[in-house]
Amino acid sequence: MIGFISYAVFFSTVASILAIAVLGLNLQWGFTGLFNGGVVAFFGAGAYGTLILGGTPQADHLGGFGLIYPLALAGGAAVAGLLAWVVGILTLRLRQDYLAIATFGIAVTFENVMRNAEALSGGAKGFRGFERPLRDLFGDGFGYNLAFFCFVLALLVGVFLFLERLVRSPFGRLLRAIREDEDAARSLGKSPARVRLVSFVTGSVIIGLAGGLYATFYAFISPQDVLPTLTFQIWAMLIVGGAGNNRGAVFGAFLIWGGWTSSGWALSRFAPVEAQLYTGSIQYILIGSIIVTMLLWRPQGLLPERLVISQAGQPRKPRTTGSMT
Amino acid sequence: MIQNLADGILVGSVLSLGAIGLTLVMHMLRFANFSHAELLSIGAYAALVFDAVFAAILPPLAAKIGPLSMTWALALALLAAIAITGASALLIDRLVFRRVRSKGSELSMVFASFGVAMIVRNVTGLLFGLGTQLYSRDIVFAVVVSRDPLLLIKPDQVFVLAAALLVMVALHLVLTRTTLGFALRAVAENPTLAQVNGVNLGRMIALVWVLGGGLAAIAGVFYGLTNQISPMIGRDLVLPVFAATIVGGIGSVYGAVLGGFIVGVAANVALAVLPSGYSPSVPFLIILAVLLVRPNGLFGEARA
Repeated sequence: MIGFISYAVFFSTVASILAIAVLGLNLQWGFTGLFNGGVVAFFGAGAYGTLILGGTPQADHLGGFGLIYPLALAGGAAVAGLLAWVVGILTLRLRQDYLAIATFGIAVTFENVMRNAEALSGGAKGFRGFERPLRDLFGDGFGYNLAFFCFVLALLVGVFLFLERLVRSPFGRLLRAIREDEDAARSLGKSPARVRLVSFVTGSVIIGLAGGLYATFYAFISPQDVLPTLTFQIWAMLIVGGAGNNRGAVFGAFLIWGGWTSSGWALSRFAPVEAQLYTGSIQYILIGSIIVTMLLWRPQGLLPERLVISQAGQPRKPRTTGSMT
Repeated sequence: MIQNLADGILVGSVLSLGAIGLTLVMHMLRFANFSHAELLSIGAYAALVFDAVFAAILPPLAAKIGPLSMTWALALALLAAIAITGASALLIDRLVFRRVRSKGSELSMVFASFGVAMIVRNVTGLLFGLGTQLYSRDIVFAVVVSRDPLLLIKPDQVFVLAAALLVMVALHLVLTRTTLGFALRAVAENPTLAQVNGVNLGRMIALVWVLGGGLAAIAGVFYGLTNQISPMIGRDLVLPVFAATIVGGIGSVYGAVLGGFIVGVAANVALAVLPSGYSPSVPFLIILAVLLVRPNGLFGEARA
């Protein structure tokens, strides 16, 4: 029983961390229509940033600033935001698919640099020398994991509430207006490029926060954790859950992560030994099929975006869902 | 340095062939197709299969062509691979892209292409194994062109470059001299106006996929001939091919050709300066540089 609970806590912690990342992506794609093809770069920037800022000094790579944990976590998220700002400045004013290509490129490059720049990141061996915060208080076992889960959950709720407020605010209305009709928004004196940049950076900071939590949970990060696969997984979570719906984003994160871990377990348990080498391939095919199937069958996701009318000018027929613009 | 330049030109010819198809698709269907590089992989593996089949049916075909490591069987298999890959591209469009196109936005297509790339890459891995394979296990000795500076070139490399250039010239003639080429260019310029003039849009889209797939197959086989074949061909080439497309400007066939050579040469020359581990990052740096200096590429035109 305790084994089950302890696994449930472990699973929920990782799923909640990923849910935070999905929420960040939802701000970018769901509400603003920005295609971030390199989620993992911002996730990784947050992860490496947190560990470098909060770690103890190491002989063979950068790090050991030993900042207190909340500062290190915030610093990691800020690194992700900075990266997003640079990419955003360069690409947001261009064709939309340039952003997809550039972000995809930065993810490849990020992984490549982290793998090679040993002085910065510890190289392929990964980044060591990070102490999980408050270890003296909670020890190393189940108690610590439970406490950390509560911390992650609190942050998830915080990010969720923040985004719910944001998308209902005038700024959220502006985001949707630009997503739906950029020219119309511009004709009202709004600056789409600037609003997009704000949304892109904010979303990336949230994704970076998730990365920082992920690295804290394992007290370790390596290039193996920032492969493009993670981008696909986070994408699948958002598409299945429902882009433009924060509840859907969280629901999708738990659903897909549950499906991913259970399919991995089932394959390792029931697949013949000679097929074990290919379990990864089978899982990727599953994820790819889920993305394509959802786009064909239910592009709005399981929990579709609910259209809200912030201020109806004229009284309308009761309980109709009006158009967006 | 001169060796890097020569290798770069060779890689560039492969990238050019891949980029031509990608630029046409991106221009006509208006979406960044992340699964295009998987077509190179399909082509390379299709040729691997047919090479073995042809060599088994008619053993004399297994003889090498002159000094090349390429056999007659592989030359025939290349034709089969072109057909298979063109058909695959069309099939993927019918199964996925056309349906998504009718339902969602352009960016949904980008998504779908991510999913398709993932499926194709891993199905290839399941079918053919995750390891690397070669068309020929024989060692082909490089010819020393000059000793100082040292320059080694394999006969295969010369052949690949010449064949790639030949394909490009043929494509140029088709685009500029035939009605089909006019129709294709008209659709790329202005789909609505082209339709008014009696061009069948659906057929032109199909043609672009078949053309892009065929060129990708040639690129894939040439890549396999000079490197090795693995399910990761698509993953490794997707960014360089995109870089070539962006350098040339989306929609420009000649830009794609030039872009391919620029990216190939730059990536190889950069190896003379950077540690070799960083080579996957070079295409991204090129993309960034182009976006900074000339966002629409060398020959592209601005379009929202």
